[in-house]
Amino acid sequence: MMNAVSARTHAAPDMARYRADFPILASRVYDKPLVFLDSAASAQKPQCVIDAVRFCYEHEYANIHRGVYWLSQQATQAYEETRVKVQRFLNAASADEIIFTKGATESINLVAASYGGSTLGAGDEIILSHLEHHANIVPWQLLRQRIGIEIKVAPIDDQGNFLLEEFEKLLSPRTRMVAITHGSNALGTIPPAAEIIRLAHATGAVVLLDGAQGAVHGAVDVQALDVDFYAFSGHKLYGPSGIGVLYGKAALLEAMPPYQGGGDMIRHVTFEKTEFAEIPSRFEAGTPHIAGAYGLSAAIDYVSAIGMETIAAHDQELLAYATARLAEINSLRLIGTAEEKAGILSFELDGVHAHDIGTILDREGIAVRVGHHCAQPLMDRFGVTGTVRASFGLYNNKADIDALVTALGAVREVFG
Amino acid sequence: MSALRELYQEVILDHGRTPRNFGKPEQVTCESNGYNPLCGDTVTVYLKLKDGIVEDVGFEGRGCAISIASASMMTEILRGKGVAEIRAVFERFHDLMTEENAADEDAFDDEDFEKLTVLSGVREFPMRVKCATLAWHTMQAALKGDYQEVTTE
Repeated sequence: MMNAVSARTHAAPDMARYRADFPILASRVYDKPLVFLDSAASAQKPQCVIDAVRFCYEHEYANIHRGVYWLSQQATQAYEETRVKVQRFLNAASADEIIFTKGATESINLVAASYGGSTLGAGDEIILSHLEHHANIVPWQLLRQRIGIEIKVAPIDDQGNFLLEEFEKLLSPRTRMVAITHGSNALGTIPPAAEIIRLAHATGAVVLLDGAQGAVHGAVDVQALDVDFYAFSGHKLYGPSGIGVLYGKAALLEAMPPYQGGGDMIRHVTFEKTEFAEIPSRFEAGTPHIAGAYGLSAAIDYVSAIGMETIAAHDQELLAYATARLAEINSLRLIGTAEEKAGILSFELDGVHAHDIGTILDREGIAVRVGHHCAQPLMDRFGVTGTVRASFGLYNNKADIDALVTALGAVREVFG
Repeated sequence: MSALRELYQEVILDHGRTPRNFGKPEQVTCESNGYNPLCGDTVTVYLKLKDGIVEDVGFEGRGCAISIASASMMTEILRGKGVAEIRAVFERFHDLMTEENAADEDAFDDEDFEKLTVLSGVREFPMRVKCATLAWHTMQAALKGDYQEVTTE
């Protein structure tokens, strides 16, 4: 096992120098060095992102798309430049296909309400997978309540692998939408997105990928994938919380009705009738997270300079190392050992509840997520109410994993 | 480790591993379900009341050491107590979980309540107070005949 790990490490880039870019990682908690292993919930921020948000408020803050004055022009320009930056980050065909939202959750809700609400009807089928986060389940259930669609669930196996053949069997001429995670937040499984999209398109279904994890763990090319909608959050990509992205193919977005009404999404308003703006403004009602766009822009610059492939390779190296180290603990059961997975490890320890583990690890300075990870159907699938989850960011290293393994020993000390 | 040792005392670990009064009593006059949506933990508290006095009590559920131990210890002291008395114990227990001075053990004259002070370490862990109080809120709901699920949120 260890040989397999060391065999993979030689290709790993030197990531150590980036750790110092994240000021919070120098913190101590309970007088112990912070070991942050919860990046799948939200990633920490490099200094350049913090500086960018601060720069906006100190030097360029004003509302966008409104003022004729200098400040507003600067902020508007920065906001729109971020849109272009996101376009390039996802390799979208046009910046008009990039809609800013609060986060991946709002992006999915937007698609369900606007695209789903306007094009789907009673009896139409959509397919989700058993891996989904609540954010890619509940919006579709709300739509089901509204218009009576059918929701089908693509199964996974006991290792957490997405079962492509079983998914294919669920596809039918009634399938209008496939909404699947591009990386399970709870298990780390990365479903075969390209094959899913190809199969779904062959039956005429539109595909949304929930990229909350997927956009962080590897490079995304929406044109190569030919995906119809792609959702992700800024805060998991080392940017600020409160800003996220929905990518949608222009032809689909142009045909969709607004999601919310308000300022900035109109062309002309009278009390009798409102003409809506073109995309992307049509889907951006109200004042957005302006400073968040500055931060997201800095975050994309930051990860792009390192390289998403380099970040992904580091993630895989940590995953292999952690998988081997955790396997040394006899009473530990990993949940989710899919062949294709990101740096996320869910596990349970015999006889010790995840919350008790989380509390003890916390006192050792280690931040992990415990609980159901907003994926209760997935927890039910494995017969657990929750797990302990360690997840990696680009700043993590093997010492963090060693600290986790040592602290799990402290759990055994308390619980025997 | 000291705050942790305070939290995970042997008595608590013991109740967590082998909870007392676990299961549904033969006769039940009121019951209620509790749920913590943060962790998915559940508890059901069963009571047999006669003339306003708890004659029998039991609970079922799954949860962390703190929530199971708290439920177990709660069931141990309810038998023979009246509804008003239980409410008073509940309020004192709640204070014990949340208020700084409540840990002053000399203030407790009640032998039953003194047993519960072993749980006072939870105060140092604000995120875990809901674990310790879930069964208690559920028990209160059962007493009130409130059959709606109790949640911590």
